[in-house]
Amino acid sequence: MASPLEQFEIHPIVPLRLGEIDISFTNSSLYMVLTVVLTAGFVLLGMRQRAIVPGRFQAAVELSYEFVANLLRDTVGNEGRKYFPFVFTIFMFVLFGNLLGMTPYSFTFTSHIVVTFALALVVFIGVTILGFAKHGFHFFSFFVPPGTPLPMWPLLIPIEVISYLSRPISLSVRLFANMLAGHTLLKVIAGFIGVLGVAGVLPFAFVVVLTGLEILIAGLQAYVFTILTCLYINDALHLH
Amino acid sequence: MAEGRKPASLEDLDKRLRAARSHQGGNAKGELGEGDQGSTQSGLGAALRIGVDLVAAIIVGVGIGFLLDLWLDTKPWFLILFFLLGAAAGMLNVFRVASGYGLAAGYKKPEDGAQKDGVKDKS
Repeated sequence: MASPLEQFEIHPIVPLRLGEIDISFTNSSLYMVLTVVLTAGFVLLGMRQRAIVPGRFQAAVELSYEFVANLLRDTVGNEGRKYFPFVFTIFMFVLFGNLLGMTPYSFTFTSHIVVTFALALVVFIGVTILGFAKHGFHFFSFFVPPGTPLPMWPLLIPIEVISYLSRPISLSVRLFANMLAGHTLLKVIAGFIGVLGVAGVLPFAFVVVLTGLEILIAGLQAYVFTILTCLYINDALHLH
Repeated sequence: MAEGRKPASLEDLDKRLRAARSHQGGNAKGELGEGDQGSTQSGLGAALRIGVDLVAAIIVGVGIGFLLDLWLDTKPWFLILFFLLGAAAGMLNVFRVASGYGLAAGYKKPEDGAQKDGVKDKS
């Protein structure tokens, strides 16, 4: 029986080398490219007709578009409009990556901390730069909760800085852990089906239910990633 | 004839769309408010979320302490200090998530939270 962790292995498809660094085109890269192509295809093909009364395909595209737009407006307000392309890209990339991982025999690149941490780091660094650009050095008041007495500053500032620095980690670990745990669990339970013989119907039913749950989690985690990005943008735009 | 009728039906559609949208908007807002308090997700999801927030801050604290020790050759004092600070930051994260400052560890005092709601209502 195959190991439940085998699905997370990365194999180079086109081995490439840049000096000392291994930049092979792997199955992970392949699925990322596939995600980008599918996302772009989904939006571009869906909007090809530009009907006033949308058909099903166009309605699906508009639904995803308006979902993110509303999310951004509710959390950030109207100043957040500028950042819509970024937030929408993140949402679609994570959502399609998660859902693509749910197709059998495919690879889930969001189950790798490298990928999610890179995404979270882009959000984190972008939001920090945004805060600096918007508020200059006033940005550092971020680390002093309002109404803090002066003697408490040396203790509170490190705590707030650590809390701030922990954002990309909690953002990336949340997505990565959910995908990793879900797919491993699915594989482990599926492994029981063949072993148990007739009683294998039970784990089989369980796998069916779990697959539905995993699809829910795929959407939910994309949503959580997006809303956290929105909240961080909101924090950077409106300091206390 | 058809030209004359079409805008009317479109206007009607627009009106219905707007009504539906405002209705939906109200619903979405209510849902989001609940989401802020972390009750729309299952208890397991909330627990995992809070656990991740707690652990992430400790990881950062330990990482900073370890690197400072490596750099200044003061093993293990900075590690101990920053572990404690990291744990405190983790508690702070958990407190912020649990007390309804939203999904993120935010930096708002309660009045600002009310203000944020105001912004939400305005939009």
